[in-house]
Amino acid sequence: MFIITMIQMQTVTLIPGDGIGPEISAAVMKIFEAAKAPIRWEERNVTAIKGPGGRWMIPPDAKESMDRSKIGLKGPLKTPIAAGHPSMNLLLRKTFDLYANVRPCVSIEGYKTPYTDVNLVTIRENTEGEYSGIEHVIVDGVVQSIKLITEEASRRIAEYAFEYARNNQRNSVTAVHKANIMRMSDGLFLRKCREVAENYKDIKFTEMYLDTVCLNMVQDPTQFDVLVMPNLYGDILSDLCAGLIGGLGVTPSGNIGANGVAIFESVHGTAPDIAGMDLANPTALLLSAVMMLRHMGLHDHGNKIQAACFDTIRDKKVLTKDLGGNSKCSEFTDEICRRVKDLE
Amino acid sequence: MKIFEAAKAPIRWEERNVTAIKGPGGRWMIPPDAKESMDRSKIGLKGPLKTPIAAGHPSMNLLLRKTFDLYANVRPCVSIEGYKTPYTDVNLVTIRENTEGEYSGIEHVIVDGVVQSIKLITEEASRRIAEYAFEYARNNQRNSVTAVHKANIMRMSDGLFLRKCREVAENYKDIKFTEMYLDTVCLNMVQDPTQFDVLVMPNLYGDILSDLCAGLIGGLGVTPSGNIGANGVAIFESVHGTAPDIAGMDLANPTALLLSAVMMLRHMGLHDHGNKIQAACFDTIRDKKVLTKDLGGNSKCSEFTDEICRRVKDLE
Repeated sequence: MFIITMIQMQTVTLIPGDGIGPEISAAVMKIFEAAKAPIRWEERNVTAIKGPGGRWMIPPDAKESMDRSKIGLKGPLKTPIAAGHPSMNLLLRKTFDLYANVRPCVSIEGYKTPYTDVNLVTIRENTEGEYSGIEHVIVDGVVQSIKLITEEASRRIAEYAFEYARNNQRNSVTAVHKANIMRMSDGLFLRKCREVAENYKDIKFTEMYLDTVCLNMVQDPTQFDVLVMPNLYGDILSDLCAGLIGGLGVTPSGNIGANGVAIFESVHGTAPDIAGMDLANPTALLLSAVMMLRHMGLHDHGNKIQAACFDTIRDKKVLTKDLGGNSKCSEFTDEICRRVKDLE
Repeated sequence: MKIFEAAKAPIRWEERNVTAIKGPGGRWMIPPDAKESMDRSKIGLKGPLKTPIAAGHPSMNLLLRKTFDLYANVRPCVSIEGYKTPYTDVNLVTIRENTEGEYSGIEHVIVDGVVQSIKLITEEASRRIAEYAFEYARNNQRNSVTAVHKANIMRMSDGLFLRKCREVAENYKDIKFTEMYLDTVCLNMVQDPTQFDVLVMPNLYGDILSDLCAGLIGGLGVTPSGNIGANGVAIFESVHGTAPDIAGMDLANPTALLLSAVMMLRHMGLHDHGNKIQAACFDTIRDKKVLTKDLGGNSKCSEFTDEICRRVKDLE
């Protein structure tokens, strides 16, 4: 008797981006094909356009695709030149209410940094806090900038952090804050984290001052697991942690939105100087795509592709220039594809 | 004090206590004799203070800061040969604006569940800290000053800070001036801290970066710190805790306070004495024969101190 397995193809909205975006996106698609990942790519462009009423928006077909697929993979976008043109990342964030920025930072064997066993995740509240953009001149020479913390956003990010910890077999969640100085705002954030922690007794909950985290992080990053924090602290810490494992060229990133939307992206630049020359390193986008597979429950495919990527880097025979080698992007990609097929 | 004596440093110590007391009118203040001494000497060296237990008692550090308008917190971070960390050639200085910014303490509940916290940046404070940073760079033969900011996001506040830095830079053409986003600084700092020299920034960023950099060289136990005030006052201090568990047991590591005292000597123009004491301290640590427990050895504080004294005398 035969049992027929239905392979359900899932649609992912692919936004290649600018500069090296298209070539690293092509690399990821090739590797996914080699891994037989059940993903159907729907390419879209997100250059901002002006909608009726003169407000900037992402193109309707891009929005439609994301709303339908719920999952996006995005390469680097170039900074807009036209004055008044908003940041595309900001536009995407607002369009899909991307409230959580998630960066798993894992040391890559074969890519040497001063640290060897980093394995942590930064979860950054990405809608409010210090980046509310509310500033005023009080009198000449005196400016105020307002940081907003709300119960709702704090609760939401805390819940995401604990859910993430549970779903990814992480042991602890640490709230990072400065509530000793910013008693009301960070105090509110901390309170919500504590409340949510009550519903996740299986996860250890701790709290640490941001400055203490930084002091300890550079001395022993292995003491950290999942870190959750407001916007600015997340901006700083996520980049600090990316630095520990080798920089933005090897760091994955995911943005979680309301209504089940999630957009995974590489956070490096467009590298216009090497665009189109088959020199780019697709690792960051590939690891973001692996994050995406795990988010979708496709753990086997995710693990296989990640293993193939890490094995290639560890082996040091076929590496792009930024990783210390002199192979082309296509050669690096083919090597990963080869290993993925071997791992079948 | 023992090491200073061995080095024959021309310093006369005047010991004072700064436990807060309530003055007339019920306001907390530092004891009058402590204030009088500081106003007269202008230079202070301070060990760790314990957190006050009594409710309503303000932080002593905050009280000192306000009493003497300590506007600049300065931390030189230099790798210590013999005290291993993942980094070997750190040599930078963080200069933090210490009076305003995110730590103004102005917060409000807007409606239930919505809180705002106000960050204040003023032209005056920004200009003052920028000027201190460039003067420091010049006086200490540093090559460059980097303003650390997030003016792409906080256009008005950090923008004002940045503008003042740029204006002051115009008067210091001998010092290279650069600007870098805080997140980029952190990303780069942990990959290659040798690219940094003098860093100047607003309060919160300085709080974070100064501790990050202390971590690069081994932590608060070996990091010196100085606070510069208006009216020529300067207070140098160790920034670690009071370590009550080992207090009185001759186990402590005096390095942080000693290096802060060296910073103090340099501030006073006593470079020869400062260099001699620092060399004796670093040589002792590099030699690894006499080290306190936190540095990886099993010597007493007094033994570590005597070793440094011995070397200081040899360096005559």
